[in-house]
Amino acid sequence: MTDENRLHADPGVEPEEPAARRDVHLTETAQQRDRARTIFEKSQAGRRAFVPPELDVPERDPATLLPDRFRRTEPARLPEIAEPEIVRHYNRLSKRNFDLDTGFYPLGSCTMKHNPKLHERVAALPGNARLHPLQAPARAQGALRLMWELQAALGEISGLPHVSLQPSAGSHGELAGVLLTRAYHEDHGQRRTKVLAPDTAHGTNPATVTMAGFEVVKVGTNPDGGVDVEDLRAKAGEDVACLMLTNPNTLGLFDPAIEEIAHVVHDAGATLYYDGANLNAVMGRARPGDMGFDIVHFNLHKTFTQPHGGGGPGAGPIAVSDRIEPYLPRPQIVRREAENGQGPFFDLELDRPKSIGRLRGFQGNYGVFVRSYAYILSLGGDGLQEASETAVLNANYLMARLKETAGEHLPPAYDRTCMHEFVLTGGPMKRALGIRTLDLAKRLLDHGYHPPTVYFPLLVEEALLVEPTETETRETLDAFAESIGEILAEAAEDPEAARNAPYTTPVRRLDEAGAAKRPVIRQPL
Amino acid sequence: MSRYTSATDADRREMLAAIGAGSVDDLFADVPAGVRLGRPLDLPPGRPEQEVYAYLRDLAARNVSTEDEVSFLGAGMYDHYVPAIVDSILARSEFLTPYTPYQPEVAQGGLQVMFEYQTAISELTGLPVSNASVYEGPSAVAAAGYLAKLHQPKRTRFLVSRAVHPHSRETLATTSVGWGTTVEELPLRDGVTDADALRSALGDDVSAVILAQPNFLGAVEDLEALVAPAKEAGALVVVQCDPLPLGILRPPGDFGVDVAVGEGQTLGNRLDFGGPSFGFFAAQEAYLRRMPGRIAGETTDVDGRRGFVLTLQTREQHIRREKATHNICTAQALNALAGMIYLAWLGRAGLVELGELLLQRTAYARERLAALDGVELLHEQPVVREFAVRLAAPVERVIERCAAEGVNPGHPLGPDYPEFADGLLVAITEQRSRGDIDRLARVLEAAVAAERETARA
Repeated sequence: MTDENRLHADPGVEPEEPAARRDVHLTETAQQRDRARTIFEKSQAGRRAFVPPELDVPERDPATLLPDRFRRTEPARLPEIAEPEIVRHYNRLSKRNFDLDTGFYPLGSCTMKHNPKLHERVAALPGNARLHPLQAPARAQGALRLMWELQAALGEISGLPHVSLQPSAGSHGELAGVLLTRAYHEDHGQRRTKVLAPDTAHGTNPATVTMAGFEVVKVGTNPDGGVDVEDLRAKAGEDVACLMLTNPNTLGLFDPAIEEIAHVVHDAGATLYYDGANLNAVMGRARPGDMGFDIVHFNLHKTFTQPHGGGGPGAGPIAVSDRIEPYLPRPQIVRREAENGQGPFFDLELDRPKSIGRLRGFQGNYGVFVRSYAYILSLGGDGLQEASETAVLNANYLMARLKETAGEHLPPAYDRTCMHEFVLTGGPMKRALGIRTLDLAKRLLDHGYHPPTVYFPLLVEEALLVEPTETETRETLDAFAESIGEILAEAAEDPEAARNAPYTTPVRRLDEAGAAKRPVIRQPL
Repeated sequence: MSRYTSATDADRREMLAAIGAGSVDDLFADVPAGVRLGRPLDLPPGRPEQEVYAYLRDLAARNVSTEDEVSFLGAGMYDHYVPAIVDSILARSEFLTPYTPYQPEVAQGGLQVMFEYQTAISELTGLPVSNASVYEGPSAVAAAGYLAKLHQPKRTRFLVSRAVHPHSRETLATTSVGWGTTVEELPLRDGVTDADALRSALGDDVSAVILAQPNFLGAVEDLEALVAPAKEAGALVVVQCDPLPLGILRPPGDFGVDVAVGEGQTLGNRLDFGGPSFGFFAAQEAYLRRMPGRIAGETTDVDGRRGFVLTLQTREQHIRREKATHNICTAQALNALAGMIYLAWLGRAGLVELGELLLQRTAYARERLAALDGVELLHEQPVVREFAVRLAAPVERVIERCAAEGVNPGHPLGPDYPEFADGLLVAITEQRSRGDIDRLARVLEAAVAAERETARA
């Protein structure tokens, strides 16, 4: 093995002797420098990939078609590079990423479950991939039917019958939800100014509330990890528009007081919003609609297997109760029963007088809908329930295993049955071993794992949020628990090992403070 | 039933024993009896892969795609060719399946792509800062409105050209309800934004002036005449632009606009019935710390090696929570990668060549159609790859007649522009040859004639 190879061990593959690596002399080879060179730096004047179609129409003077004052004077300085080198450049870059198809990715709150390969095939069918969004509904019946059937399935899964697929991601669905709440109250002649959210909430919740023109009021968490109902009662006044909640919450705990919470919120005349990021815990077991929620968003890129793409695309459909339905975004996908023995007709309904309006162009991220619907068809109702049950089983099993291998220094923040994810606290580890959660996470990279979510939720000291998902094997969970144990044992001997990790990744710890202080966000050309 | 889990009955028994639970039901004990579903989900049973494929293939076959007809539909998304290398690179699991790069040591590939992409968007728009993508075009316009609101909170009016994409105008109106900013439309004259109307609408309460280049009717706007008065009044200028024609059009940054946003689909992304694609968001340096979404920045590691990280994260929701500059989290990283690959494939010369080809073919198509009986131009402004005509026959019925002949002649303007009830918007891409355009002319002429005949009868 050359030094170069050792330093660039595939992050998805567990190195043979991770601990030994940190003694390797870290000189930078020419190939390493090359790997961080941008495609702009590889550009050479005169090279090209694109061959333009011939000009098959009579040529007009370009200056008369587009006068000079509208014209760019210098070409945009795009790379000049031939196809083989474009392919090599991006394939090499790809090898500097850790990915789900290669390794365990227990990133809490993100539901990194397997992305079935069938989905890419069906999304790429020309009838889907090359369908123009403004095609007349009569010539897009397959797509509209798929969307309508997906809406119906999401309605059944959530227990909220009215679905809009339009929002582009979870945060976009949240924005839709809070705007729906605003429209609902205004339509009832009420001006409410506050939205409640637990202190454990995802950051998108408070950010959304501000964008929608409300003030965020935090609700406390009780010692068992649930909503502090007394605090909620005190804050749920007439000026409160909505409570945004995740259940199970970001601690991975199902709130047993959910019925009472819903009662308090509804008594105050507010709506109850369900952040669906954690829906993977409860499919077929419990439904937000039955818990009293008025609005839920789904993360199709979490629960319903749309690949994350390194930061999107996703989709964030919403489902709502009867009282919120009139305000749903437009257009809605509707099924019209046809006359004279024809089949049903699927249509875009634009005439919705109380609608909050559009949240984006066209009909939403249809390509994501195709993949998620393929998933629902493959699993069926029983399979979705089994997925959630196995996710919960895997999480509890991993928590139990970690109590054995790491319980002394890295105990569960709430030592009780969890749902699909759980939180560990690195407080004892920090005090006893002198390493922080961040150090543990970085050392896990050397063990070939993507670390769990770190430092979230905020109210747990040195938090580590672990979500194994249902698609991992028991062997994978066992090995992960062993690795954590090994890292802690190593830290007891030599805390510097973790503090300086990682060693085997394409680069080591990066200067994030420096990057923010003097931002370089594009290639100087 | 799912084939994506591994747990066998034996696994379950042993795992439950390790947990100390008697059954899977025990794990759900926190779910109160009153909210347990207590019945199976009312969904069809799971099906084998081959059956799911066959069902979805049959649904897809009921759509008429741009492979099934000669399509001149545009109006925000365009049937440009997507080169095979885009498919090949996007299929790599290392790009397809990771999450947002929260652990930069094992996400250098994705982060470097973002850095390259930001560079390319800055080049195209002529603006120094770009983020790593937002959802898509119209919501990018709304995000620009929010930036304007954060920048000058006391200004409460948006002035939006009526030639900005109808979906963008509506999305902005939907979203700005929360900020208390009102949206007013600037009327058109001869197919472009009326500069006189802009001047008289401006005041010190105008937060942003929002324009499109080229505009929804295909016309190239005279940005110079529009930007100056808006800047003088202290408003931000936001331009929604299509990135592909920017190969030949003067970039918005040259006119001193504050923010350029747009729909990125035309850069190497397929139509997908409207998404996923990506939105781009570029701005002047002054707005760097108010930008929405992810931004990748260059830095070094502890050994001094070059690397990339997500930077300026104190703008973002996961750090700043209610004080964030936007709520966006998951964006469109994979689609932005497609855009970057496409721009590398076109290259410096190719982007210009493609723009000039579109200019010539569009001019040809415009001339051909304008010469037809019952067809006239809606405006005579310069156009790059899309133009509007008026038909002397009901537009929707003409479209149906053409579709029956295997030609989709374009998008009817009437539903969004009652004043152009007779309008048809026709888009040309490099995939529509002269032969296709000639065929459109024949089919459209016959359809208009037939509808006029019907009307006379």
